[in-house]
Amino acid sequence: MIQMPLVVTLAWRNLWRHKRRTIMILFAFALGAWSMVVIAAISRGSMEQQLNNAILNLVGHIQLHAPGYRDDPVIDHRFPPPGDALRAVLEADGIRVWASRIRVPAVVASERESAGVTLVGIEPERERGLSFIPESITDGRYLQSSDDPGLLLGRKLAEKLETGLGRRVVLLTQDPKNRLADRGFRVVGIFDTQPQQMEEAYVFVGHSTARQMLKLDDTTSEIALVTLDRDRLGPLLERLRAAAPDLDVAPWTEVEPLLVLTQKITDAILLIWYVIVFAAMSFGLINTLLMAVFERTREFGLFQALGMPPRHILGQVLVESLILLLLALALGNLLSAATLAALHDGIDLSSVAQGMELVGVAPVIYPAWALNDTLVANSLVFVLGLAASLYPAWRAARHVPMEAITRT
Amino acid sequence: MTDHTVVLRNVSKIYRQNSLAVHALTDINLDIPKQDFACLSGPSGSGKSTLLNLIGGLDKPSSGEISVDGQRVDQLGKSELAQLRLRKIGFVFQAYNLIPVLNARENVEFVMQLQGMAADERGDKAMQILKEVGLEGLENRRPGELSGGQQQRVAVARAIVSEPSLVLADEPTANLDSKTATALMEMLVHMNQEHHVTFIFSTHDKLVMDFSRRLIQLRDGKIVEDLRQS
Repeated sequence: MIQMPLVVTLAWRNLWRHKRRTIMILFAFALGAWSMVVIAAISRGSMEQQLNNAILNLVGHIQLHAPGYRDDPVIDHRFPPPGDALRAVLEADGIRVWASRIRVPAVVASERESAGVTLVGIEPERERGLSFIPESITDGRYLQSSDDPGLLLGRKLAEKLETGLGRRVVLLTQDPKNRLADRGFRVVGIFDTQPQQMEEAYVFVGHSTARQMLKLDDTTSEIALVTLDRDRLGPLLERLRAAAPDLDVAPWTEVEPLLVLTQKITDAILLIWYVIVFAAMSFGLINTLLMAVFERTREFGLFQALGMPPRHILGQVLVESLILLLLALALGNLLSAATLAALHDGIDLSSVAQGMELVGVAPVIYPAWALNDTLVANSLVFVLGLAASLYPAWRAARHVPMEAITRT
Repeated sequence: MTDHTVVLRNVSKIYRQNSLAVHALTDINLDIPKQDFACLSGPSGSGKSTLLNLIGGLDKPSSGEISVDGQRVDQLGKSELAQLRLRKIGFVFQAYNLIPVLNARENVEFVMQLQGMAADERGDKAMQILKEVGLEGLENRRPGELSGGQQQRVAVARAIVSEPSLVLADEPTANLDSKTATALMEMLVHMNQEHHVTFIFSTHDKLVMDFSRRLIQLRDGKIVEDLRQS
């Protein structure tokens, strides 16, 4: 039977025999744990912002389309307005907001330039909370109704077309019968958004206005919705598919697979970071423990000479390591909490924001602490730390007691 | 056989250094009766410490049989040897070998704690033995805060407090002045007589030899003389 009080007493006191050395390794480990938690929170925050931005960039949490639309997003792939069954699901709890959209490829032309865009017909009030459009008008006004005759243009596109607020532009596209559909619009609002490619890629008009221009009946191209919980879409997807068996019901993970890939890459980079930090730390730990073991060769021999079983000695070194790791993790987590509290208002990267916007990263990153990241970082340090201690502990336990009696 | 604490039959120990064989002990036969107070003496390299280590199970003989309290030491595994040392053998080392992070009382309690004795009981026994060796009032001092003589007395207290059958003492007076050494030896004699503990010393010190009742002279790994003295 291991005498735990004795083993713990010896481990604790031995740890503080060389205070400076113990404090240094303690801080090294605490800083390692701190860096794991803080960098995970920053990465997670950045990733979360990218995801939220992407979802607001006309993706939503779930999209409904006519079959074939996602492969070929043209006017031919459209569907009738939601029936009673689908509307009941869309109006049920768990869905924050939903809206119909018409999306067709088009050409927008000013008196000087023209550009290929996606024309989106929106229900203006329903887009609040669903997409970036209502919140990103920086000049002029937002669309007031579905039959508003105005058009919203991105700032970049306005610059490219050498047009602006109050000026007229012409939209050209094809109607369902492959005839040219065109109409002149006055630019009533300019929007700014990130990434800036969105400003060049889309123009927005009212849903009814678009339908009129395209000579459509009451059919639509897309229903997009945002739920209360982005990560638990399974049951809702099932209900939607049951209510609209003829439609293609796709979660954001299918609509934007690149985002899922980015998330996975972030997780992989974090894990690699954890392993690198831990590897650096483990050398320090092994070195410290080996030094402590070599210094105490005589003592370990003495313990055995006095009748202490080798497993007690192994346990003593492991308990030393355990105490060191627990103290370091406690300190590292406290430092992390303090750092994340200090960064609560975000990390302003506006000086390098333009470059970052290109990859969809916002200029201010808000760290997002996740219990899971902290648990993974702590478990990794704890378990691998103990595993790294096994070698010094084994070395200590295999000393022969002869050394104690012969050394002076 | 059980009238003797220690029995050695045809014990040899050969150390191999590269291709060279060094015969540290050759064909040793020795009986140490219970409550003996024996001294191994001889020049450096004569095999005293090796013999002590073999008896204490700290090393294995190359051949021969060693029994302590009727138990064959040469046939035991690592854990069984640790148990034997824990229950039956006390060690006193030349360099005291106290545990630096434990105070005097905790050092004395160490073996009893390993034996699983209750805290109150071992605390009382430790205080009692420290009083007997004249260290009352110094029980909370760590080894670094004690003189050489005081440390050696703590080591002796630790060796005998659990009432082992046998105490092996390697050069116990080597670092002590003559006055302290005499006091220590008187204390060991007292322990031998009062607690019926068998003592085997390894020493160069004439003082230890004078206190011993039996003088075993070693030379070149062999017993050359085995004298009883009054």
